[in-house]
Amino acid sequence: MSVAARAPSTTTSVAAEPALEGRNLTKYFSVKGGHGIFARRARLCAVEDFSIALSAGTVTGLVGESGSGKTTVARLLAKVIRPDLGELFIDGEPAPRGRPRFYTAQVQMVLQDPFSSLNPVYRVRHDLVRPLRIHHGATDIDAAVSDLLRRVALEPPERFANKFPHELSGGQRQRVAIARALAVRPRVLLADEPVSMLDVSVRLGLLNLLADLRDRDQLAILYVTHDIGSARYLADTIMVMYAGKLVESAPSATLTDSPAHPYTQLLLSAAPDPDRAEPPSLAGSGAPPSLISPPSGCRFHPRCPHAMEICRREVPPDVPISSGHVAACWLHVDPAQRRAGSNGGEAPPEDGAQHRPDPAGGPPDREHDPMSSTIHEEG
Amino acid sequence: MTLGNAHPTPNAEVPADPAAGSAGVADPVLEIRGLCVDYGLGDEAVHPVVDCDLVLRRGHVLGLAGESGSGKSTLAMATIRLLRWPGVITAGEVLFHSKPASGERRTVDVLSAGEEELRSLRWSEISVVPQSALNSLNPVATTRAQFDDLLRVHRRNLSAAERVDRAVELLEMVGLTADRLRSYPHELSGGQRQRVMIAMALALDPQVMILDEPTTALDVVTQREILEELMSLRDRLGFAALFITHDLSLLIELADEIAVMYAGRIVERAPAVSLFRAPRMPYTHGLLHCFPPMHGERAAMEGIPGSPPDLRALPHGCAFHPRCPWAMERCRSETPTLVSLAESGRTAACWLHAGDVSVPQDLDLPDPLQPAPGAMGAAAPKFRRSSR
Repeated sequence: MSVAARAPSTTTSVAAEPALEGRNLTKYFSVKGGHGIFARRARLCAVEDFSIALSAGTVTGLVGESGSGKTTVARLLAKVIRPDLGELFIDGEPAPRGRPRFYTAQVQMVLQDPFSSLNPVYRVRHDLVRPLRIHHGATDIDAAVSDLLRRVALEPPERFANKFPHELSGGQRQRVAIARALAVRPRVLLADEPVSMLDVSVRLGLLNLLADLRDRDQLAILYVTHDIGSARYLADTIMVMYAGKLVESAPSATLTDSPAHPYTQLLLSAAPDPDRAEPPSLAGSGAPPSLISPPSGCRFHPRCPHAMEICRREVPPDVPISSGHVAACWLHVDPAQRRAGSNGGEAPPEDGAQHRPDPAGGPPDREHDPMSSTIHEEG
Repeated sequence: MTLGNAHPTPNAEVPADPAAGSAGVADPVLEIRGLCVDYGLGDEAVHPVVDCDLVLRRGHVLGLAGESGSGKSTLAMATIRLLRWPGVITAGEVLFHSKPASGERRTVDVLSAGEEELRSLRWSEISVVPQSALNSLNPVATTRAQFDDLLRVHRRNLSAAERVDRAVELLEMVGLTADRLRSYPHELSGGQRQRVMIAMALALDPQVMILDEPTTALDVVTQREILEELMSLRDRLGFAALFITHDLSLLIELADEIAVMYAGRIVERAPAVSLFRAPRMPYTHGLLHCFPPMHGERAAMEGIPGSPPDLRALPHGCAFHPRCPWAMERCRSETPTLVSLAESGRTAACWLHAGDVSVPQDLDLPDPLQPAPGAMGAAAPKFRRSSR
């Protein structure tokens, strides 16, 4: 693998249409709520009104805590589960119903755990031959298998093709899983926490492999992770999710250097960072809310150090902060617009008029409610 | 084996200040010397811990970093003799220098202690917070019942009401409310469970806490909250902590001293800030470059090539040489031992520092804690909550 040509691309190639797009995706799960004879089915809102566009040649990072709905988004995009509301588009065209081969040939998923995602009784070769046969009826299977293994830097390929999963290390297994996904020649790769089960010393190698696939093969990659540092490293754009909703989306360096949403600020203040000059102080407290009865208004308001009255009542609109930078937060809405927004309960028109540039970079203090954040750490 | 300054003589005259920062020299509370652990017997045995030396000082946090399979948990469990078969301690010495608030100092040789003595040691003096709280709490007992069990056995003079009071006090210490006493483990969130584990570990006022990846399964925000809680408790109660994690970047923020393990051996030991700014061992250097920075230019990083070795088939010589960019002929044949470096308080196991070759620039950066001409001595980053 050449290392020199692997600097993370900072320019986002603007394709005419995103390779895969999800618009207003909403997914409810039915769970048991309550105890004993009072138990009844409750509706858990895993993802609500979430829109995402994956363009060729870019990595989109999807960051959130566990339970924030990031894996559900990946599974919705892979059509493993069906959205209750919202639609998927491939190259701007509505995606077909169901999960036809045409769709799986374009969109492939890489799972978190390479120890359970490979069948232990088959050799690596088997895992790769099957998608090749099913999707392409390939004639020169051996050459295709070798080519796939070479693309994920498992060399010499002949040696790895005949191994069983248990003979491989975690990093090598995850490379096999990626090779398996690549076998159908997809255009979109959905990687769900692909490195979180791996040893720290091999994680970067895998992230660099994904960056290679983006740059060389122009894949559209979704990188789902809880580690905002690795998302900053790999992704071109980062989307932050909280309790099933998008809270902020921006080019990755912009998001980590000047986060606009208090939740993103909280995440960044909590992330380990040895370079930090000052002792870390958490920008907020508490734990994510229950998704069965999420807080009214902004779902982050019970934990937000800047929470205002309106945050408790109204769902914040997606406010453009700068080019490509969107935050769903009332702090960035002009106070006059806030009242307008509270009348209709609808998001104000996103014409940029409500964007109030904030020279200090921090959230404005006007109308700041001194309410201290309360801890919601329910079981 | 070169011991160098690995074992400073315990200085009983130094008044132990539990809250002493990294600058003050506190007396050792736990000394591990030449500890070796095998899994299995005879030729079949693998060696997850080989010849490890560690000194934990009173009131300090000693970080033990390493990847999975590097032997860090085995080392910690061997320290308090909680290894399960086929784990066998084959060599070494573990000394616990007890200095209870009331009562006299004594030194316990943990490895030769009898069952009864071990029983008095575990939990009361050295407690363990395991990684998976869900597997460690009794699933069919409430928090209250579990505290009650513990206190009834170890604090026989307490009445039932006093035991509940103590449980409430402990829960409040870790930021939980008294109503959590009625909860079963499954009713608690992951963070709450881990807090209960920490509260239970603190219940008998231990002098040493062994924290085995206490926050690995938690989200970053919860992790940060629990760590801040732990560090403020450490400042208040004065226990020493052996903190085990694979996340070196986290350790740098909270530990006073860090030991890095690779393939069963400690390969480098240094004060946290020195280790971060000026690593001396190639593996530490590589590990530090495995965590993408949160600031500045986004640049390509390489990580460490290859993968951690299988303990059943370790490379000859230095176990790290197949992945090391500076490997020499000697590294392939001879295993380096931990030797003290020119800088005080630092040790590394690497032939590059044997003195007969010039040290690569990346491994020879100025140590911020050493008085060097023109270099400012930076203070170790302290992990404290600035406002609550």
